[in-house]
Amino acid sequence: MSEPLRVAVLQGGRSLERAVSLRSGARVRDGLGRLGHTAIAIDTDGGLIEQLIAARADVAFIALHGRDGEDGTIQEVLEALAIPYTGSAPAACVRATDKVLAKHLMRAAGIPTPPFFALHETVVKELGGAGALPSIEADLGFPLVVKPARGGSALGVKFARQGSELPGAMVGAFSYDFRILLERHIRGRDLAVSVIEDEAPEALPVLEAVPREEDFYDYESRYGIGMTTFLCPAELEPGTTARAQELALEVYGLLGCHGFARVDLMLEQDSGELYVLETNVVPGLTETSLLPQAADAAGIGFDELLARILASALKRR
Amino acid sequence: MERSGSGTSGGQGARPAAHELARYEALFAARTRGMKSSAMREMMALTERPDVISLAGGLPDTSTFPPDLYAHLMADVAMEATARALQYGPTEGMAATVRCIVEVMAAEGTRVDPSEVIVTTGGQQVLDLVCKTLIDPGDVIVAEAPTYPGAVPTFSAYQADVEQVDIDSDGMPIDALEETLDRLHAEGRRPKFIYTIPNFQNPGGVTMSLPRRRRLIDLARERELLILEDNPYGLLRYEGEQLPTLHTLDAEAAGRGGASDLVIYLGTFSKILAPGLRLGWSVAPRPVLEKLNLGKQGADLCSSPVTQMFVAAYFERGAEHGMGWQSYVERLRGLYRTRRDAMLDALEQHFGESASWTRPEGGLFIWATLDERIDTTDLLALARTSKGVAFVPGRAAFMDGQRGSSSMRLNFAGIPEPQIREGIRRIGSAISEQLGLLGSLTGSSPAAPRSAPETGESSPLADVLELPRRDGAAESRRRRDR
Repeated sequence: MSEPLRVAVLQGGRSLERAVSLRSGARVRDGLGRLGHTAIAIDTDGGLIEQLIAARADVAFIALHGRDGEDGTIQEVLEALAIPYTGSAPAACVRATDKVLAKHLMRAAGIPTPPFFALHETVVKELGGAGALPSIEADLGFPLVVKPARGGSALGVKFARQGSELPGAMVGAFSYDFRILLERHIRGRDLAVSVIEDEAPEALPVLEAVPREEDFYDYESRYGIGMTTFLCPAELEPGTTARAQELALEVYGLLGCHGFARVDLMLEQDSGELYVLETNVVPGLTETSLLPQAADAAGIGFDELLARILASALKRR
Repeated sequence: MERSGSGTSGGQGARPAAHELARYEALFAARTRGMKSSAMREMMALTERPDVISLAGGLPDTSTFPPDLYAHLMADVAMEATARALQYGPTEGMAATVRCIVEVMAAEGTRVDPSEVIVTTGGQQVLDLVCKTLIDPGDVIVAEAPTYPGAVPTFSAYQADVEQVDIDSDGMPIDALEETLDRLHAEGRRPKFIYTIPNFQNPGGVTMSLPRRRRLIDLARERELLILEDNPYGLLRYEGEQLPTLHTLDAEAAGRGGASDLVIYLGTFSKILAPGLRLGWSVAPRPVLEKLNLGKQGADLCSSPVTQMFVAAYFERGAEHGMGWQSYVERLRGLYRTRRDAMLDALEQHFGESASWTRPEGGLFIWATLDERIDTTDLLALARTSKGVAFVPGRAAFMDGQRGSSSMRLNFAGIPEPQIREGIRRIGSAISEQLGLLGSLTGSSPAAPRSAPETGESSPLADVLELPRRDGAAESRRRRDR
């Protein structure tokens, strides 16, 4: 039993996932209370540094999703203030949050990820980037998934089933970031493997998200109750489960994650191949979030999960 | 590592896990599944910031109500009737308030019997009570497309199956309505009611024409269908001729000197006085009214006597204190007309060739439709973060959350003219960025914003609600027809 700590729970913020973050944060504070710690809620919406100093926290629990909380910004601040914090350090945050960078790293390391091309707005605007589209289309084929390079929500993520839908989808994605990703759509099952790290990184049971209606779960179904059914452990061939967990651990190591993370994968229907889509360095901790569900399937209750995440934060120092 | 997980540990900050939604999920009623939050709504919550110009809300301008008048009237209520104002009131509303309602409706040419009125907590409560009274899960409501975004969560909460009929510049096309009714009939389904906002529709900004009003009533009478007539803005007409309410037309058709058979009327003080009062009303056929009354007893017993007495005092003595209710509405009309014109002007200047928009003769809203490849939900993300401006994305006005993706609702009533112009300029700049990108991607040159409005023929509200802009973009654009 660790001694009681003052834990600053960083939540809210200005990202599009503010509401999710507030829900994660509230749940974390409840859990910390049950563990005997003192939780101090800090909404990073304004006056962050001041609040952090005033909180005199022993450790910061980052429950921020999306911009700032996941891209290393807040982590850099905490480094500067010498306050220990949960989860990955800035470098891993940058690598994981930037889907383009993460995919390049994975490709170079031989980890399967759907074929892709990245485009910068400047290339489109000033360098005639449109000229490259036909060859991109020919290479990737349709349907394509278009997404902003950064951002964890499904906002701005669109399908293009044919060439005529591509410009609109791209402009939509450019609303959220200067760089976007055009990725081959992998038809198959949505899997997620969460990793927690106590002594060594450990892959939790594989979770499958089964959308109830759409062929792609959008932002709403991702966070709404009852829109998506989650199966954990997912019903897979034993070899597939082992391979998914192995890939998750490889990616976790490749990006240099710490404490915990969630790796999203696709199991292609026709080929049975696994592909890594992206890694989330601050996975959601709401009631419907995937990490707590996977932990539960491994017999790790929410409070124990928090305790482990907290312990790993203090261990880094 | 074993720790108490039941919320009983005594450490500081320990309390029951009130946030553990999962613990309660099994208890929730099935209808809560329809009550979903959406990414779009969450994004809109982020727009309520001082640095963001919001054209998103449904706000009237309450800063125009004279503070002295408010103080006088509240003092009058306090001096004369503190005990009554602080007491419960009758469920159907206070007689003095009902008299005001009769007066407001008379100003729109609608005669009603005070005994057919129920005072409600905002017009929104009428939507809720009507659904509570009429809708079983799976029952059909026919609504307009687009429809009032605030009705969407109400209809969803009662698990209604909503059929939306596309509207055009004259409101709901009755032919299309008939087709929908026939199709439903063939499927063995019968709508419980038809929901329409005939005047200066929210969000469309269009008004149902008189011939269509008549046909709608004929159709409803022929098929014995109830109509929910939502009329918050009828008195906020800035030009053109006042049209009879559906309630009036139905009463005439029934020919019994006043009572309408099939129209449930929804009115509110929110737009002609102030939404903070939370006072609206319904006029309904008596059997329906009785059920609404029972529903209201279960909901809130009665609407606030404090604000009801304020309204009564205002109608009775506003003029003595310098501003009668009619003069206040007149003042609002003048103000909003100027603001509407400012917005139309700014749209002309900043929204570019490929956009079209409605030119409302009254109300609070303009509905603008952009190049169909622009998704206004994404545009809002860009506009809010990099431009500091907000609007309602068109999807909010559709039950499926998918259609209307290239449209937006703009409120011109709530903020001063310079901010309206600046807000539209900012949205326009986000649009030209996106059009520029589209142009680069498709090889066509980006459409430049038009600099000066053309003079010439006006094609009132043609086609602007649907998306026929690929051809004849110029014709379908709104012109100023002074």
